[in-house]
Amino acid sequence: MTTEPNLPSAPAPRRGGVSKVAVFWIAAIAFGAGTVLVMMLYGNITRRKWEARNTVLRVADITEATIDPVEWGKNFPRQYDGYVRTTDNARARFKWGDGRPPDDGVESAAAGDPHGKKAGSKLVSDPRLETIFNGYAFAIDYRERRGHAFMLRDQRETERVKQRPQPGACLNCHASNVVAYREAGLQLGAPGSLTDSLTSESGQKQLFAGWEHVNPMTYADATALVKHPVTCLDCHDPRTMALRITRPAFMEGIANLARSDDPVPHLPSIEQWRKGDRDAEYNPNGLASRQEMRSMSCAQCHVEYYFKGDQKRLTFPWHNGLKIEQMEAYYDEVGWNDWTHKDSGAKVVKAQHPEFELWSQGIHARSGVSCADCHMPYKREGAMKYTDHQVQTPMAHVNLSCQTCHHYAETEIQSRVDQIQKRTKGQLDRAEIAVVELIHAIRDARAAGATDEQLTSARELQRKAQWRADFINAENSMGFHAPAESLRILGESIDYARQGITDIAKLSPAPTGLPAASPPPNK
Amino acid sequence: MFGAAAGYTAHYANATSYLSDDPKSCINCHIMNDQYDSWSSSSHHARATCNDCHVPHDSVLSKYLVKAENGYRHSKGFTFQDFHEPIQITRAGREVVIDNCVRCHEAVTHEIRMAASSSAPGNGPGAGGVSGGMNCIRCHANVAHGPMR
Repeated sequence: MTTEPNLPSAPAPRRGGVSKVAVFWIAAIAFGAGTVLVMMLYGNITRRKWEARNTVLRVADITEATIDPVEWGKNFPRQYDGYVRTTDNARARFKWGDGRPPDDGVESAAAGDPHGKKAGSKLVSDPRLETIFNGYAFAIDYRERRGHAFMLRDQRETERVKQRPQPGACLNCHASNVVAYREAGLQLGAPGSLTDSLTSESGQKQLFAGWEHVNPMTYADATALVKHPVTCLDCHDPRTMALRITRPAFMEGIANLARSDDPVPHLPSIEQWRKGDRDAEYNPNGLASRQEMRSMSCAQCHVEYYFKGDQKRLTFPWHNGLKIEQMEAYYDEVGWNDWTHKDSGAKVVKAQHPEFELWSQGIHARSGVSCADCHMPYKREGAMKYTDHQVQTPMAHVNLSCQTCHHYAETEIQSRVDQIQKRTKGQLDRAEIAVVELIHAIRDARAAGATDEQLTSARELQRKAQWRADFINAENSMGFHAPAESLRILGESIDYARQGITDIAKLSPAPTGLPAASPPPNK
Repeated sequence: MFGAAAGYTAHYANATSYLSDDPKSCINCHIMNDQYDSWSSSSHHARATCNDCHVPHDSVLSKYLVKAENGYRHSKGFTFQDFHEPIQITRAGREVVIDNCVRCHEAVTHEIRMAASSSAPGNGPGAGGVSGGMNCIRCHANVAHGPMR
């Protein structure tokens, strides 16, 4: 009984032998693979631990004379990678019309060589600007903003500089000029040497002497002194990498602001200085906190300014405060006008790019949020955290810029920003239409024989209305930096322009060319 | 061989620390540094640690189940670097936190929860769970984590 069933099962021991070997090999392979996976995990953990520990490997010597960003990039490759990518222009978001009109004859940076092309013309996408800036260089050439990498090239190539002589003061914000200024200062006999720290007494003397020397030079002579757009050295101390202020005009401007009585709750070190004895001027290098520096570094250039006197001293009009009417009051006090309008004869002012001033009036500044918090948010690679140096619109990384504080979906945040910018653009269009109508009204009244005396009030109103519309137009956030303030400014612009049109209409005897007879405004 | 490698890797990764209640364990991998910092300067710092709010306390079993689920998800995310930044709490994680709000603030929130559960789905006493369907941290978002910067 037992032997019969045993016969068919004779091969069983063999099968058992085979399966033992197979089990052995399967187990060996499984454990081997498992060990490999565990070792990979071990490697991954090791890498993360090292990333967290080691953020800088110093391979190049960085000094006060190191202008070339490539050298800095050897020590800070991640920051450098972001910095060079400011050539990436595809992200610029709120554009005029489609931003780059095809009939303008220029192509977008994304379409090919990013260095060979120019940005689209604002004059083509918004022809009202040609009327508004008539008689001024901005009516010749006025283009879309683009990344930091283009700043020097664009300035050298703009028709504003080519067709109209401009001073060396322009260079203040379009090039890495710290070393150029200091070398010029040293040649003029300033004390010390280039190896001195910029913030030392001799370093400051070299900087100011050189800056004062370069300001009144011709642009052609001045631009020959520089090679790079803004570089690492313009914001960072080469020894400590701490942020520092390098632009004399900002030091003077912020000191004047500190001496005004305009409340600046978003700049606590200034409020603190005001409570002191005020013997020495407010100096951001030393007094400003790290968080304030993360805005002030940008405020060295992203501000309203003018060139004062024969020496073309670059000056920020902050003597009364940072609000638009306070800057306007300063310009009125010193009798400043950029040009006399060709059509209307009004003495008018061109707004520059007052990002710092408008941001100062907004909720983000008030909440202690700096420029860098949104435009250069912290980024992570593995366990390494660093500041993104690809300065650009926060809309390119809503999660990193906004969601750190605003716990809503990205689409929700984006649509809130859209809403603010569309509202602002709508009011800006109305303001520009009103300003153009006023310009045409004055032009026609003038042609019909109105006297300068009769036109005084309308021209003053044009100055006010135009300055306000231009302020929001030139500012680079389309209202976002301070939405309520932007709409207030545009509301005033529309009001002043319409008041001016009413003034012209009241002229008696009525000149033949009444506002109604002027050509329809550009849409 | 495998056992040795796995054991050493676990040791190297401070694996045992994850069984503890020490908030420092939560920043072993640095991703939660901001959350740790903001907790350190918040009003709850003196009273509640990470685990007081972020794991359940109704039983030891559910505590370690949630820890295991979170731990698996976090280490997978950190190893493969495929998570949303900034990090966001999951729906289940939020439920745990809200239950823990109630655990400590039971008496003071009694009326609110009673009123809420009467309008929660399946209204009546007990509807909407212990919180009555209220989301405490929608308004009180800053009590345990202050501003991130």
